[in-house]
Amino acid sequence: METKRNVLEKLDEIAMRVYSDLEKSEIPKITLPTRAKSNIRFDEKLNVWKYGKGVTSRSAKTLDGAYMLLRTMYMAEFIKSMIKMKKSSTLRELYYISEGWDLAKFNSQQESDHLAEDLETITGCLREDFRLRPEEDGARIIGDIVVEEITRSGEKRRIHCQDDVGDAGYSIPYNVEKEKINFKSCDADFVLAIETGGMFDRLVENGFDETHRAILVHLKGQPARSTRRFIKRLNEELHLPVFVFTDCDPWSYRIYASVAYGAIKTAHISEYLATPSAQFLGVAPSDIVNYDLPTDKLTNEDVKALKSELTDPRFNSRFWKDEINLQLKLGKKSEQQALAKYGLDYVTDVYLPEKLVQFGVLKK
Amino acid sequence: MLLTRKIAYELAKKQREISIAEFFERNKHILGFGNPTRAIVTAVKEAVDNSLDACEEAGILPDVMVEITKGDRENEVKIAVEDNGPGIVEKQIPPIFGKLLYGSRFHAIRQSRGQQGIGISAAVLYGQLSTGKHATIISKIGGEEFAHFYEIAIDTQKNSPEIVKKDIVNWDKEHGTRVEIYIIGDYRRGRRFLYEYLQNTSVVNPHAQITFIEPSGERHVFERVTDSLPKPTVELKKPHPHGIEMGTLIKMIKNSRTRKLSTFLKTEFVSMGERTTDAVCRKAGLDKDMDPKSLTREQLARLLSAFKEVKIMAPPTDCLSPIGEILIKRSLKHETREISPEFIVATTRPPSVYSGHPFQVEAGIVYGGNLEKDTPVKIMRFANRVPLLYQQGDCVTTIALSNIDWRRYGLEQRGGKGIPVGPAIFFIHVASTSVPFTSESKEAIADIPEIENEIKLALRECARKMQQHITKKEKRAKTREKFILITKILPEIAKKSAAMLEKPVPPLDNVITKIMDVVWIEDSVEYEKVKRDGSQMTLDSFGQHGEYGCITKSKITVVNYKRKAQQFNLYAIIPNEAIVGFVDPKPEKITDRYIKWSLPAIEPTERIELSFELAGLNEGDFDENELYVEGINPDYVIGANKWEGD
Repeated sequence: METKRNVLEKLDEIAMRVYSDLEKSEIPKITLPTRAKSNIRFDEKLNVWKYGKGVTSRSAKTLDGAYMLLRTMYMAEFIKSMIKMKKSSTLRELYYISEGWDLAKFNSQQESDHLAEDLETITGCLREDFRLRPEEDGARIIGDIVVEEITRSGEKRRIHCQDDVGDAGYSIPYNVEKEKINFKSCDADFVLAIETGGMFDRLVENGFDETHRAILVHLKGQPARSTRRFIKRLNEELHLPVFVFTDCDPWSYRIYASVAYGAIKTAHISEYLATPSAQFLGVAPSDIVNYDLPTDKLTNEDVKALKSELTDPRFNSRFWKDEINLQLKLGKKSEQQALAKYGLDYVTDVYLPEKLVQFGVLKK
Repeated sequence: MLLTRKIAYELAKKQREISIAEFFERNKHILGFGNPTRAIVTAVKEAVDNSLDACEEAGILPDVMVEITKGDRENEVKIAVEDNGPGIVEKQIPPIFGKLLYGSRFHAIRQSRGQQGIGISAAVLYGQLSTGKHATIISKIGGEEFAHFYEIAIDTQKNSPEIVKKDIVNWDKEHGTRVEIYIIGDYRRGRRFLYEYLQNTSVVNPHAQITFIEPSGERHVFERVTDSLPKPTVELKKPHPHGIEMGTLIKMIKNSRTRKLSTFLKTEFVSMGERTTDAVCRKAGLDKDMDPKSLTREQLARLLSAFKEVKIMAPPTDCLSPIGEILIKRSLKHETREISPEFIVATTRPPSVYSGHPFQVEAGIVYGGNLEKDTPVKIMRFANRVPLLYQQGDCVTTIALSNIDWRRYGLEQRGGKGIPVGPAIFFIHVASTSVPFTSESKEAIADIPEIENEIKLALRECARKMQQHITKKEKRAKTREKFILITKILPEIAKKSAAMLEKPVPPLDNVITKIMDVVWIEDSVEYEKVKRDGSQMTLDSFGQHGEYGCITKSKITVVNYKRKAQQFNLYAIIPNEAIVGFVDPKPEKITDRYIKWSLPAIEPTERIELSFELAGLNEGDFDENELYVEGINPDYVIGANKWEGD
């Protein structure tokens, strides 16, 4: 996290860039890294995928560019005022506040969310520095770990994520930094991040966290930043290996990629969110064959997404090339819950143990 | 023409041998009565053509009413066509309606609708043959107290009218003719064609008012958009040698009193002077002093081919009556008002000649609005102010259109050939003393190279203007965005950044010229109604008494958004028909085609206003300026094109 003064200075810097362009009779413009698949490079030092040298410029030469500049000004000013008044707002609130920005108002929340990310990349600050938080909360976890959370009243509360919570687990707050959350003790061997709520609940019901000494994390689809950050801290601070367990389709692979490699949209903060050592446990296309799972046909969109992944540098490995090509050949996709074909306990008794043995976490 | 004429001669010869009914039965498909759908259209067409021709010849603004009512039997319909024409002299009524191939226009060489069909009597005959009912005619001549009523049958053995009943009746009309015919016809199918025929007729006859009353009682009025009649055509008393056929030549020789071949040629044809006559005789190997009556068939043939080989001066063209650019535009605008097209352009080519026949081509394009974007363009074809509804594919108009690469003009066209696809209606009118139809049904014009070429030239001229309009519009839209940018967004950006830094707002002029980097030219057109004699206000006074009902006011604004001062010449095109009034600032030159200004140097962000007034036009005739620039890179300029010279 940046200091408050630092953040304010960086926001003013944006205004300064525009202002000095105008003073010099230049057409004002702001440049920022291109946030696209074509512009992510593997950072050897950080071991994650970051933006490359590709640069996009927002110039007032075009109408769209000018609108973007104006919105950037408005948003920077708004954030400044929030910091000064010690307030925070959700991204959705920000969107509604922008309704009052006259010419600079957004057409959709997607646009304002996107611009907030742009501001991060321009300033090198984090969304949290801007006192903006996402609408969606983090996901939930269950496992033998004690979390100390500083509640809104300022008191420290210790929560045992099996004994002190119900079957729904402990909810990860949007801020998971040390000022808010610390790990006090842990008696588990690995983290299992699960895509769907149905599978999470299945493992909880079957007591997988207890029988296999696991911390179960529900990703809730594409995981929120706080979830990814939380997993990264579990990995780094507690040295727990991380496994990602998803459906068997192209969209699920992207969920894994955002946990392990960093998401394209947030590559500017990959080192802060990604867990490079996280491993893909399944369900993989080869599992469809090996476990003879029930399947659905790939849709046109699925095929397009798979092909796009073949050119995504994050998936440029032997494993992914083989698996994706196999899936294209099969023309099929499957789901985590398809494992129920062999009974409700199959996933906890057979599938996961077999996989974990392969990864060397469990012994035969 | 060839076939009807031949038929006429054959008929004359064989009249006693075959009945007219038999002749009609044999030829009804080519006469337009082949099926019940077309029969309705043809019958109406014959009557309406007669009405329009009669009105024009008498100098009357036509007011034609077409009423269709249901007959007594299934598929029987009553067609009534009533006009305000001069009326028909009583003794002429029976032959006009009751004798086939009777007419005054048959041998006149001028542009007329009449040569289009076999005549109203064919409709009368078809009615009689198909329903057994007789035609009734009421006609009144101006100044007479009563109208004449006739019920007429055709004696199919003798091809002569039989008066079933005649009477003198009261008719509260000053003059005019009304004809009623019962026919067997398919109204349900024919309605669409009939409507299209009447609407299209109205387009090419802007001086006519046509009212269409359907069996349901529904009334459609195709309004008159001008009060001026077409320029009367001068009848060519003599034919041009290029158009002549053997039969006609024989007849001419028979009727001529000349004794010498050279005199015959000089007196009976146009464009035959001393030298040309000598050349023709020499070419044909004939003695110019020989008696033309002694020519053998073989010699006549040599004479005909000599006509083609010797260069003969083109015939005079005042026998043609084009509609004119302004009126085509006005008509098209009126008839397409529900589509609210974005742009209408029209052009009239100068007269030209094919095998001795004068002809003239006019074209127009209606573009945009609610027209379908993904369907082939619609083609409106006309010959001598008569719509052609059938056989589109065989027509020279379609062929010419298909042989233009429309992709260059912003329309879709597979392989650059064929009928293009896009939001447009094409209008093509061919006027001639002798329209070369592909067949006697007279629905398609033959593919004569000279005519095809003229049609292409006309269409290309329209297409160029359409293209200019489209690009101008696109460029303007793009630049208009920039206006929002420099007038609204940029000042806001400056204000916000200054506020955040607590600094004064920087000046923006230089940034603005950098962003725009164009010279912007915008025009607007307004109309001011002016009073005529007394207090009468009028919309339509085009070409009448030299008094005008409307002043067209054009305003042009030029703004220099370049970083340097700009100096150039500006041209505004004016329509031929217009009279230039007040012009500000003082132009360098005014011709009948354009106004030219030599503008002073315009500094960056500075603007200049120009204006001019036009009289002699109706409201809407001139609705968009056509502007050209000279002495500046035209790429810098939005709203005007490069001046290509006079």
